[in-house]
Amino acid sequence: MIEIENLSITFGEGASTVHAVRNVSFSVAEGESYGLVGESGSGKSTILRAIARINPQWSGTIRVNGRYLTSKRTKAEARAMQMVFQDPYGALHPRHTVDAILREPLEIHGLNNRDARILAALKDVGLGPEFRFRYPHQISGGQRQRIAVARALILEPEILLLDEPTSALDVSVQAEILNLLKRLQQDRGLTYLMVSHNLAVVAHLCGRVAVMNRGRMVEEVTEDTLRAHTPSEPYTAQLMSATEGYDREAVRSYRTFD
Amino acid sequence: MTMATQPRAAGLRGWLMDPSPASTWQARAQRGYLGWVGFRSNPIAMAGFVIVAALLLAAAFAPWITATDGLTPNLGARLLPPSAEHWLGTDQLGRDIFDRIVWGSRITLYIVILVSIIVAPIGLAVGTIAGYAGGWVDAVLMRIVDIFLAFPRLILALAFVAALGAGIENAVLAIALTTWSPYARIARAEVLTIRKSDFIVAAEAQGASTFRIIRRHVVPLCLASVIVRLTLDMAGIILTAAGLGFLGLGAQPPLPEWGAMISTGRQFLLDQWWVPTAPGAAIFLVSLGFCLLGDGLRDVLDPKSASA
Repeated sequence: MIEIENLSITFGEGASTVHAVRNVSFSVAEGESYGLVGESGSGKSTILRAIARINPQWSGTIRVNGRYLTSKRTKAEARAMQMVFQDPYGALHPRHTVDAILREPLEIHGLNNRDARILAALKDVGLGPEFRFRYPHQISGGQRQRIAVARALILEPEILLLDEPTSALDVSVQAEILNLLKRLQQDRGLTYLMVSHNLAVVAHLCGRVAVMNRGRMVEEVTEDTLRAHTPSEPYTAQLMSATEGYDREAVRSYRTFD
Repeated sequence: MTMATQPRAAGLRGWLMDPSPASTWQARAQRGYLGWVGFRSNPIAMAGFVIVAALLLAAAFAPWITATDGLTPNLGARLLPPSAEHWLGTDQLGRDIFDRIVWGSRITLYIVILVSIIVAPIGLAVGTIAGYAGGWVDAVLMRIVDIFLAFPRLILALAFVAALGAGIENAVLAIALTTWSPYARIARAEVLTIRKSDFIVAAEAQGASTFRIIRRHVVPLCLASVIVRLTLDMAGIILTAAGLGFLGLGAQPPLPEWGAMISTGRQFLLDQWWVPTAPGAAIFLVSLGFCLLGDGLRDVLDPKSASA
């Protein structure tokens, strides 16, 4: 479904060039959940933003559904691939009601039965019709993220790009959103590409996970490896222990990987 | 389709406070109502609102408020002081000054409304396009704005009126040409703060066209600050129009434009002080009203400057 080969992304020129992503290759099968984890600045979000063409410059190839992506996004691609953002407060237009937010993609793509689709989308993410005409500031963070998921799914895409969809939420709400995403994937056979710094979150949803550090892919681990805590790379092991919470002894033993 | 919740309280207030609005229209009405509640608690803003409302009412009901058309001379009643019959006295041609000021409110409103509907769309369009497009488009548009900003407003308006000819329409055009540039600045500044927002990126990811993003997502967020600035600018627009009228380049006699009334009345300033004073007071009052209203609107519309 998604095939990425030798992807490199740089920002800036000359002496100030930043190599955000270096020669990353991986592929995601249809219906699979693939995770990208790593610390801040590891380039995981940059890969996602390149696939979504928010950062339209890269070298290497990105293939989605067998087609090579160019820096220009087509409407058909937009329909097949949607994105959910990290910050549910910034991702919804503050002056649009939920109804207007969900109606927008339908209008852009000229889909009919808009009222029915909006109500169905709300129902799919577990929200009642009473939310339909509220403004984003009138609903909670978890509900906003549900609206953001509903907006992404209302075009019935095959691929969902998830950019840390739970990291701005409370722990209890995180679980709700993750379960919602899991259920939606099972119901619709969606393909997920999820970015997170939290291994536990990724392990909950994803079958395979690419661990990234400093723009490079350190290793690719499976769900079983994550559960069993048997990674082959020391960086992955360190990331795992960091995810398990603060531990003074463990922190003291941390080192920097290049 | 049945709604899951019923209105909590009956009547209009219940409808306006219902936590689950049943239509976009109700949601908008609720937001407007909350804004009004906030606005109402600000006495200074309410004073401005009352002044502006009085101006609108005077203009709307001028034929019923006034006894004369304010144009026909009555040489038997020249330069009479204020009295029960002529509340603000009469001018050098025996016309009732109160009547002329009431009729003149129509001219004032005509000017500010025309200037607003020219200036706001141009400023918004230039500013949002410059801010959203960036790059050389931004550079070119903003340098044009700089050129217009570089001239003092009245001087530039004078030059335009001198070139176009005297008259209200040309005065409006001249004022509009000298007023639009700050709006482009404001709109651009607003756009720069929101163009990288996730909701803009999300709209792009949905396949929205640039035009659609500007119209549906960017402009509504710039509108509040533009409206506030426009209301605050009304005073300046009225003063510029009055200045042009005073210099004989705006409304022409016998039209009861307030600036022109001061201009012809100033020769009577020492002996018949009410002739130029009354229109001067009207200009002052209306300018003040718009300023106060604009200040109040800023608190309601612009969440960034909302004071605790």
